[in-house]
Amino acid sequence: MGQLDQSTLWHSNNRRHARIVWGFWFITVLLTVYCWQVMNEETMWIFVYDAPEQGADLLSRMFPPNWLYINQLYEALWDTLNIATLGTLLGVILAFPVAFLAARNTTPSTRFVRPVALFIIAASRSINSLIWALLLVSILGPGILAGIIAIGLRSIGFVAKLLYESIEETNGTSVEAIESTGASRFQVINYAIIPQILPAFLSIAIFRWDINIRESTILGLVGAGGIGLFLSSSLNTLAWPQVTLIILVILATVVVSEYFSAKVRSLLI
Amino acid sequence: MRTWQRPHYLVPNKRWRLALWAIFIAYLVVGIGSVEVNWMRAYEGLDRGAKFLSGFLQPDFTSRAKDIYAGILESLTMTVTSTVVGVLLSLPFGVGAARNISPKPIYLFCRAFIALSRSMQEIIVAIFLVALFGFGAFAGFLTLTYATIGFLGKLLAEEIEGIDRKQLEAISATGASWLQRVHMAIWPQVMPRMIGLSFYRFDINFRESAVIGIVGAGGIGATLNTAIDRYEYDSAGAILLIIIVIVMACEYLSGWIRKWVS
Repeated sequence: MGQLDQSTLWHSNNRRHARIVWGFWFITVLLTVYCWQVMNEETMWIFVYDAPEQGADLLSRMFPPNWLYINQLYEALWDTLNIATLGTLLGVILAFPVAFLAARNTTPSTRFVRPVALFIIAASRSINSLIWALLLVSILGPGILAGIIAIGLRSIGFVAKLLYESIEETNGTSVEAIESTGASRFQVINYAIIPQILPAFLSIAIFRWDINIRESTILGLVGAGGIGLFLSSSLNTLAWPQVTLIILVILATVVVSEYFSAKVRSLLI
Repeated sequence: MRTWQRPHYLVPNKRWRLALWAIFIAYLVVGIGSVEVNWMRAYEGLDRGAKFLSGFLQPDFTSRAKDIYAGILESLTMTVTSTVVGVLLSLPFGVGAARNISPKPIYLFCRAFIALSRSMQEIIVAIFLVALFGFGAFAGFLTLTYATIGFLGKLLAEEIEGIDRKQLEAISATGASWLQRVHMAIWPQVMPRMIGLSFYRFDINFRESAVIGIVGAGGIGATLNTAIDRYEYDSAGAILLIIIVIVMACEYLSGWIRKWVS
């Protein structure tokens, strides 16, 4: 039994742990200060100091919003919806085989195929859809098609990652039961695994669709169609009342799609 | 002969199922029909697509090495500072937005701030902050900090709302003040997850820092944008590969730290 000394305050008794925590904070502070200095080498502080004035000026230009401009936005909104939905569809279709190749219990070869599938997932996830769109616009030319493919490519990694995790969590006994009937590999996947992951799969797809709506609103900034195109042209012509309206429309779209996706997903689970 | 059919358990009613399929297919027809594609332009692009693929497979790290180095450095420093400042600022907002420990007015204020921060895309915020603070990494730093507060604030608030109440009661019973309760009863319960989430956000901030450069907020995005504009796909491929490698390294590191913490 350790001695209980009532006069001292309670303290953590793990010295080593305390030292590690202290060292972590020390390194973090050092690193942050260093990074701050490197980052701000080229900062023009004059511009930073007059930001409040600029902000007030900008706000006075932005309000009131140009409500009539909304008549020109309906078509762009429809395009945005199409980019998100068709892009999600493309991503989901491509993600399906990738997920099965990446899951430990369904991949044909853990040594060769699985790393490739994992790399596809990592590459797709690391690169934002806006960068994919930038590339695709330069390859395919501006338009909705570049947006759809960009959203699709970005969705592969997200959907495949969540899907392969849920494949790995499936119950092995039903796989065994189907195998014992002499079913082929595809029959096992079809009858033992797919029924188990279908709800998760739909819920992942709708979740991604919701994120994609959000992302497709800005793809137009690099020329990939949708409402972002109008945002970009309004910004370039300094038409701030239009910018305000577009941002309000984007916010409304995001809120509606989030509500819709939450509703559908709660029905699925 | 009787054959077995697997049951449809998602939508058991046959009529509903048919109706949903019909809506889906109708949308597909209308949606795909309204996509206007300039096939000539796309066809011409195939060439460039092939060039990009070969650039990705044979990346050129050297000819733009200086720009790439400067961009990556800017992205990384931006990520570090914005994550640290964002995490520190998200603590008061997260505590304030937790219903079980905050007074109503503070709760509403913090929730509103978090909702505002989360509903705005980083890139739209970046456009405004660049207009206010000038081009460069400082605007990017502010953008990422703002986004981090919303992200971590919400998750921290949810975490605090889901804590085990018994420990809070036990500490309250000793006559602890509000700060002591937060420190002794709540912090130990939410800390492991908070650390994990902070590293996850570090990851996201790095990825976002590659994007906001497109609108002038510093970082590797500006370099990437220039490379693509000049059709230098081999340099662009090199930048993308560096981004992928750094993101994978961050993910690996944060997984390791999360395991160590818990």
